[in-house]
Amino acid sequence: MNTAASRERILGRVRRALADVPHDELPEGHPVARDYLSTHGQHTPIESVDLLARNLTDYRALVHRSDEAGLPVLLSRLLAARGARRVVVPTGLPDRWLAEAPVDIVTDSASAALSPGELDAIDSVVTGCALAIAETGTVVLDAGPDQGRRSISLVPDHHLCVVRIADQVVDSVPQALLRLAPDRPLTWISGPSATSDIELDRVEGVHGPRTLEVILVAGDPRPTSAYPFDVRS
Amino acid sequence: MSSGRKGRHVGSATGPSDQADGGSLGRPHSATYLGMPAFPQAAAVSTRDSRLRSNLRHATHTIRAKRAQAVAELADWDRLRSAGAAIKDRTLRHLDHYLVQLEESVTRAGGRVHWAADAAEANRIVTELVRATGETEVVKVKSMTTQEIGLNEALERAGIHAYETDLAELIVQLGDDLPSHILVPAIHRNRGEIRDIFRDRMANWGRPAPEGLSDRSADLAEAARLHLREKFLRAKVGVSGANFMVAETGTLVIVESEGNGRMCLTLPETLISVVGIEKVVPTWRDLEVFLQTLPRSSTAERMNPYTSMWTGTTDGDGPRFFHLVLLDNGRTDTLADQVGRQALRCIRCSACLNVCPVYERAGGHAYGSPYPGPIGAILTPQLRGLASPLEESLPYASSLCGACFEVCPVAIDIPEVLVHLRERVVEGGVVTLRGTRTVIKPARRHRAERAMMRAARWTFDHPGALRHGQRLLSRTRGLLPGRLPGPGRAWTDTRELPDVPAESFRDWWARTRGDAT
Amino acid sequence: MRVGLFVTCVNDTLYPRTGQAVVTLLERLGVRVDFPMEQSCCGQPLFNTGYRHETEPLMLRYGAAFRDHDYVVTPSGSCAAMVRDNYPRLAAKAAAEGRGDELSEVAAAAVAKTYELTEFLVDVLGVTDVGAYFPHTVTYHPTCHGLRVLGLGDRPRRLLEQVKGLELRELAGAEECCGFGGTFAVKNPAVSAAMGSDKARAATATGAQAVCAVDNSCLMHIGGILSREGSAVRPVHIAEVLAGEEGDLR
Repeated sequence: MNTAASRERILGRVRRALADVPHDELPEGHPVARDYLSTHGQHTPIESVDLLARNLTDYRALVHRSDEAGLPVLLSRLLAARGARRVVVPTGLPDRWLAEAPVDIVTDSASAALSPGELDAIDSVVTGCALAIAETGTVVLDAGPDQGRRSISLVPDHHLCVVRIADQVVDSVPQALLRLAPDRPLTWISGPSATSDIELDRVEGVHGPRTLEVILVAGDPRPTSAYPFDVRS
Repeated sequence: MSSGRKGRHVGSATGPSDQADGGSLGRPHSATYLGMPAFPQAAAVSTRDSRLRSNLRHATHTIRAKRAQAVAELADWDRLRSAGAAIKDRTLRHLDHYLVQLEESVTRAGGRVHWAADAAEANRIVTELVRATGETEVVKVKSMTTQEIGLNEALERAGIHAYETDLAELIVQLGDDLPSHILVPAIHRNRGEIRDIFRDRMANWGRPAPEGLSDRSADLAEAARLHLREKFLRAKVGVSGANFMVAETGTLVIVESEGNGRMCLTLPETLISVVGIEKVVPTWRDLEVFLQTLPRSSTAERMNPYTSMWTGTTDGDGPRFFHLVLLDNGRTDTLADQVGRQALRCIRCSACLNVCPVYERAGGHAYGSPYPGPIGAILTPQLRGLASPLEESLPYASSLCGACFEVCPVAIDIPEVLVHLRERVVEGGVVTLRGTRTVIKPARRHRAERAMMRAARWTFDHPGALRHGQRLLSRTRGLLPGRLPGPGRAWTDTRELPDVPAESFRDWWARTRGDAT
Repeated sequence: MRVGLFVTCVNDTLYPRTGQAVVTLLERLGVRVDFPMEQSCCGQPLFNTGYRHETEPLMLRYGAAFRDHDYVVTPSGSCAAMVRDNYPRLAAKAAAEGRGDELSEVAAAAVAKTYELTEFLVDVLGVTDVGAYFPHTVTYHPTCHGLRVLGLGDRPRRLLEQVKGLELRELAGAEECCGFGGTFAVKNPAVSAAMGSDKARAATATGAQAVCAVDNSCLMHIGGILSREGSAVRPVHIAEVLAGEEGDLR
């Protein structure tokens, strides 16, 4: 198998195919008008959070609100309501979040990683997020310390995701991309898993967590954990 | 039964567990697609399949209205559409540059890049990569590219079982069927048929369907969850395609709904992604356009449930080994055609299928390729060349109504390309085949039609002759039978002929307006 | 202004009444039209089937026939679309082959002055009430090229809504193609007929007496199915509705 030869063959074919493109045209030379909107509509921060909640709910996520002080009690109540006994958390999840919850807490880390089979025996997962997008009802996880490895928020059937509304809610997809670091593994989550594969009709609940609960937490903005990566700069 | 399924192999209702020798699990789908009848013959059969018609009508009409609503939510839709087209055009005009940049970025991030000029080479690369892991099974994310190259069948011949994990692909695989839609490959099946397939076939492939399975969508989804979970948990190798590859960062993007993609992308130790070279976009920022237009065009959602983005490998999270197989397989030939090249903008949303009145009646199998519908009618003949009566017939599988162009989120002028390809069929011209520029001759089977078209042109170019013809027609109008013989039957089998007037317009004008010509 | 009628080969040969209606209508609105005898076919059936080179002489003929006109009016959405959308494309392809100065000139001139009938009425003459009387129930089928290539929008409807005596009935799935598609009708007869049948059924379900459109080619197909299936709905070109004074359907 000589894939280097194929590389040259394919690149050669591409160059011959593009004989009509002027030789002095730079890759950025073909114009792209970015006159589309950076957000759809002007929202106050409160409106953005309401929009986020509405759109999450629209795609069957369960949305709750809390403040920092009330978060442990709320998480405890939600886990109890679910009947969760074993809960996986990433190493960077603040301890006090689950201080009130009468559950076995299993901490997953790269060095002490749960196998897929072990994760399958876990009832719930609690994570933070990198940010949330109001217009689309999306939470984005970037494997940060309070989010952990991608598989912990995938295999358990119940995902509780905490969003700090003070500094983690953006309005739009363009704003989200600007704040996310492409070199981190990213998972965009918009509601629980779903499928349109039967008669093109949407039903929720396939392989990913069938229950997604998003907790919107009010409070003072903390130093942001967003990464100072901006490819436009 | 739709004609598209006629050619498929039979008798392999058993799963791969009964095929320990690995050699006889049926022919590859690509071979099944080969030898398929031309579109009109296939469609003549499938349009008579009332269950297929009703399944497709229901599904496509459901999604049409939802898509229109999701698109209407964005006031800047037209600008996003133009930007998407422009980004793709920028990429295609400098594809060599962006592919090299992508290769550097992926390699820097810990991935390995392979290049495959055609399907056979891609299959060989993937097979050897899987063999090197010592594994004999892989889990797959739904991927058009691996359908195109017949990867599952190639792996099966090498004793490697490939498990499809997308719900619709699972239905197709268990049902020993062919996909008929880009987004929903089992769109031709209704929930009752899916229930029967699950009940009868799941046990042969792993965990059986639950006792007393109903045909409720939620129960069917639950059955798929249970059936596939054991496969996800033990999988060591995942195989995927990708929706986008970012040259600047080396990031790959997969957009999905069920979570099967996340499973395949994060649980295995080795991930192999087979991606067409046209799927590259220049910059991270470019995603801001497509992540808005793709979900709304595809499933009519503001955002699909899950989007995964990964850049090479990450220590302690996800696969330790990542291979990217870049596939040509006719794409550079398509790129060489200045009109046809716009087909490579396609982001596989399937909006054009859902809105197409021809697809709705004929069904996806009639298109004889994993790419059905309007986009398939321009993509298949370009990727494969005008190789057989099937490919020659595809550019004609359209009434040129333009609904596909109207909904396309990257503004592919599908009618323009269809007519362009029709010209290649009947007039011949310059094409590129496997990298070589070739002049093809007009298709032979169109000889009689060409003579007729020439005669028509001559008549239209001689108004005197036209007028004689019209008068002859008027004089003999009483003699026209209700049903014409020969080729005219194609009209009169289902339609009355119009009444021929006693006098043409030009004769009336000359008579009443005093023009003596 | 000098206005030429491009009647189209289909109307010339099979539907002279439509051409006569255009003349009646425009004259009633004070517009004198003339009909250059050297016109024939715009070339659409040839071009859309792939015979681009055979189309060129017909394009030149169109250019010559209407060289001296300020406006060309045609009672066909798809022929107007052929001229406006495909003539420039054809000229560009010829230019790429090192020919086609003349074709480019024809294309530029033709695009600028060619109007489908309802566009001419609404955009050029600025009328929506053309003083018509048509005492029938009518359902309107927007044909594809009028709808999606020319962008006729609601012009035909606005004209129909002003017709005295006319009752407009909504057509379900109106924007779906009827399945004619030129040579598609005979190259893919099964799909074409299936599409046409659905359209005919939708037209019949309106209970209207007539199905109206801006294209007789589509109406020939829809009407052929309606009459084969024994429906009472009759096809009628919009020009004949707008020219109506007596109110006699056929």
